[in-house]
Amino acid sequence: MTAPQRVSYRLESTLESVNKAEEMADQIASQAGFDEDTRGGIAMAVREGMINAVLHGNAYDPAKRVNLTFEQTGKELVVTITDEGKGFVPDEVPDPLAPENLLKESGRGIFLMRTFMDEVRFRKLNSGTEITLIKRLQTNDLDREEASA
Amino acid sequence: MSMKASTRQVDGVTIVDLSGRITLGEGSVVLRDTVKDLLGKGQKKILLNLGDVSYIDSSGIGELVSAFTSVRNQGGELKLLHLTKKVHDLLQITKLYTVFDVKDDEAAAITAFGAK
Repeated sequence: MTAPQRVSYRLESTLESVNKAEEMADQIASQAGFDEDTRGGIAMAVREGMINAVLHGNAYDPAKRVNLTFEQTGKELVVTITDEGKGFVPDEVPDPLAPENLLKESGRGIFLMRTFMDEVRFRKLNSGTEITLIKRLQTNDLDREEASA
Repeated sequence: MSMKASTRQVDGVTIVDLSGRITLGEGSVVLRDTVKDLLGKGQKKILLNLGDVSYIDSSGIGELVSAFTSVRNQGGELKLLHLTKKVHDLLQITKLYTVFDVKDDEAAAITAFGAK
């Protein structure tokens, strides 16, 4: 089993940071032993979390940063995204699957994070919001990882 | 990879061949501007060919929805053609697959315009 690994980045509030975080998520999920489909879902969840932080949290403010942390424990991948924005209440975001909301242009980011991850947590900080995304390795992922170790 | 859009006319239908990623930023803007331009020219039968679209994020989904409602509000029709598996799955989980008119065959899609 892989030893716990933790890596952190402090990123600017830009679209480039969103794209970079998505690429890093795919690479780290691959190293952690997730299959291709699962990696794609993790990368999308991280992308959506970063969009939330850069666009809705920091509002592209060049003075504000996004902290991004990946932690592999051997059993799960934990991604933490922290912005320096005003914060928001996730429960107040309307259900994007409700018939009256289907044709809305926005409001699907949190739903996509929850779809692709096993656990999604939001925490209001003194200044900003912290999103924690957790994906657990399934038994077949762990078997594959051990076989390649 | 950025997104590209090129248009062609077949039997009164404008086919927009899209390739790349429809994501927050450039990809979404290219799609928005293309549809806006077509509507401005009175071209209201639009078939978006997504065969070479490798990826869509929540912003891209929003842009597809926006294009769909803009065209419909002007009395036109917008259909989708050749979804990749990733895009198909994403429209399924967001319950938009049944909202859009999705086609697999270009000729059949063109015939379907106006043949409600």
